[in-house]
Amino acid sequence: MDPVLILDGLEKAFGGLQVTSAMSFSVEQGQLSAIIGPNGAGKTTLFNQITGYLKPDRGRITFYGEEITGLTTEQIVARGMGRAFQITSIFPEETVLDNVRVACLSRLNQTRRPLKAVSNFKEATDKAYAILESLGLKNHSDRLAFELAHGDQKLLDIGMALGLEPKLLLLDEPTSGMSPEERQLTRDLIKKLWKEFNLTMMFIEHDMDTVFGIAQVVRVLHQGRLLAEGTPDEIHNNPEVISAYLGEDLQ
Amino acid sequence: MADTGRYKDLTFWVLLLLIFGLLPLVKTSSYQLMLANHILIWGMFALAFNMLFGVTGMLSFGQALYYGLGAYSVGMMVKYLGQSWFLPGIGLGLLLAALLSVLVGLLIIRVSGVFFTVLTLAFGQLAWQITFRWYHFTGGDDGIQGIIPPGILSDRTVYYYFTFAVVVMSIWFMRRLARSPLGLTLRCIRQNPERVHFLGRSVRLNQLGIYMISSILSALAGSLMAGVDYSIHTNMLYWTTSGEVILMSVLGGIGQSFGPFIGAAVIIIIEDVVGARTEYWSLIIGIIMMVMVILFPRGLVGEFRALRSRLRSLTVQKRG
Amino acid sequence: MDPSFIIAQLISGLTMATLLFLVASGLTLIFGVGNVFNFAHGSFYMLGAYLAYQTVSSWHTNFWVATFAAALGAGILGMMAEFLFLRRIYGRSEEGGFQILLTYSFILVIDDLVKLVWGTEYKSLLRPAGFSGSVHVGGLTIPTYNLAIIAIGLIVVVLAWLILSRTRPGRIARATAIDREMMNAMGVNVPFTMTLVFGIATALGGFAGALAAPLRSVTPGAGIEVIIDSLIVVVIGGMGNFWGAWLGALILGEVNAFAVALVPEWASVFSYLVMVLTLIFKPEGLFAARGVRKV
Repeated sequence: MDPVLILDGLEKAFGGLQVTSAMSFSVEQGQLSAIIGPNGAGKTTLFNQITGYLKPDRGRITFYGEEITGLTTEQIVARGMGRAFQITSIFPEETVLDNVRVACLSRLNQTRRPLKAVSNFKEATDKAYAILESLGLKNHSDRLAFELAHGDQKLLDIGMALGLEPKLLLLDEPTSGMSPEERQLTRDLIKKLWKEFNLTMMFIEHDMDTVFGIAQVVRVLHQGRLLAEGTPDEIHNNPEVISAYLGEDLQ
Repeated sequence: MADTGRYKDLTFWVLLLLIFGLLPLVKTSSYQLMLANHILIWGMFALAFNMLFGVTGMLSFGQALYYGLGAYSVGMMVKYLGQSWFLPGIGLGLLLAALLSVLVGLLIIRVSGVFFTVLTLAFGQLAWQITFRWYHFTGGDDGIQGIIPPGILSDRTVYYYFTFAVVVMSIWFMRRLARSPLGLTLRCIRQNPERVHFLGRSVRLNQLGIYMISSILSALAGSLMAGVDYSIHTNMLYWTTSGEVILMSVLGGIGQSFGPFIGAAVIIIIEDVVGARTEYWSLIIGIIMMVMVILFPRGLVGEFRALRSRLRSLTVQKRG
Repeated sequence: MDPSFIIAQLISGLTMATLLFLVASGLTLIFGVGNVFNFAHGSFYMLGAYLAYQTVSSWHTNFWVATFAAALGAGILGMMAEFLFLRRIYGRSEEGGFQILLTYSFILVIDDLVKLVWGTEYKSLLRPAGFSGSVHVGGLTIPTYNLAIIAIGLIVVVLAWLILSRTRPGRIARATAIDREMMNAMGVNVPFTMTLVFGIATALGGFAGALAAPLRSVTPGAGIEVIIDSLIVVVIGGMGNFWGAWLGALILGEVNAFAVALVPEWASVFSYLVMVLTLIFKPEGLFAARGVRKV
């Protein structure tokens, strides 16, 4: 089967600073992979380019055989890419249910309907409830999103991405700001969602327990370049990777 | 929105329906009826503005453009073609508003916040300048008088019920819109436009859509007003008109479903009471606006609701 | 067309451009540094005219002292407005909208206060002594006051540019524009900077208003047209760009001067026309430094 995502020679510079350099790799169908690297390695910027939020200076991005370089975020998302954010990006004044429901409505292309009440859209509502159930947030359905605890908000963020029924899901630091217990729960949840929704997933992480705990493939970024790519064991023992992370605890 | 909120909401609207619906049957003077008519129309105008600002987060200082467009469509049709063209004039106003709002929207919706706001003001003033100076065509500063609705609508009470019906339908539409997927999307745009992109939706197109809808309803308000006052004036296009509808929204409570309507009622009643000394009306509304923005940003309705829930939690605490 | 006519309009346009630039620069300053759009900026322009008038009429000072007093007065009032009112809404969610509403209400209040204090009749301010005549250069008659304005404008522009780029306070102001938080962390008294910058901006506006006063009569209600003109300047030149504002002012000033001379009835509509054309073809302005385009 063809790779889901192919990056070919991606380059991006911000005013003299090269943040992405000769970035090339491909992501296979169903792969659960991690992107790691020291701060400033260009991880989020890479996500921004893949999702069309930033336009790369050079290079190509191919998604399911179609070139998507230069398309807008809306167009790329419509083609099946979902994203969860490092700093939770939700709709604080809407209910937890509606946060996910709006994503489901979007997937069904029903967001422009002006007269029927949202609660009457059965398919979108059912799907939203199902996602909340998977995330363990169903009890909070009617609460306003800003009332949720930080960890739950992060889950909601993921839920919103899931509502789009993405084929590729990008998670930006899903466990950031969480306690060790919460991280374990999130780790299990990510793996569960990956299987349950048949996703190809790529996540950025700093927490090595998560990375080496669940990722099948690890890609290491350093100063905008792909330093190494391989299984967790290969990466764990890679001397270049170790020296790039000098001073950091790889465990 | 939790469903209990919806029903509280409904209570208010039903109350409104009853009060304004039964008003002419109670012994009201024609002056009071005109006042009520004004409240209905400005209420609708403020609610339409609120769809733009409170719901979607687009602060337009130029809705007077469409309000005036609606008024002048009716006024000019009647002036040049005769009284029977009153209703087609309303239709023309809606059409022109739709067209113009798309053109203007395409030009200015691509810029952010503050810039967008001042550009709406600029376009509003442009319309005013043109209308004001084109004396031969529009009558300029003299305005147009003698715009009497045709047939049975020339009776004030009948016309009152006509506007009542139109306003009620518009409000019904706006309520449906607020609860629809489109309404949800618009609220999301206000809260987190970036995330809306990542939901696969075009922020700009949605904003253009609501700008159109709000502007068409504003034009409708202007058209209706022409038949209440029997006259129109370039003041309807002036920035103070835009400012007044904003004030009504802010006073009542932006984003609170019936807030703007209450705001309209309060302002019109104050204006009536203060009446003779309206030489310094700007000062009065300026101060009201300052007080609301600094001290009561949730508006009368919003602050009242907040107060009530705080009192409720206090009584619960006392009991517990 | 008569060349002397053209040159006369060019000079008139240049005068207009200078005034526009002075006003617009105050507006851009406070927006760039404090991220506050002072909707009432035109009202401070108007206040400047009135304060200058009052200074002359109460203390019979010469014009230049009056102009200075106007700038000072406008600056102080601006600082008071920022300190007493604007500060209360910093940091609120949806701050931008509330700011616009608050500064809009300033317009309403200032407009009527001006009417209350000075009444609604037109007041006039005479040109300064020594500048009430004209020079005759090669067949042209150029009012000396216009030249004075252009000269003053140039001096202020150069001074402002020097202060912003060469002095420490100037650099702090520019840095605050980019990152308020960082400046706070570095020990800069951000609230004080905001108040001060607001005062300087309104002082500039008041100064422009005083300078412009002898050219037209002093009336209430000038506020809105001034703010729109400033906006048009910024649309053409690009928001946040110093030299863009200058170019925008120049274009608008000249268009206006020729329009007034050729089609006086519709002159003001021409300014809007330039704005609409710019929006259609180059919405980010001719020199946008910072993107005003939405995400």
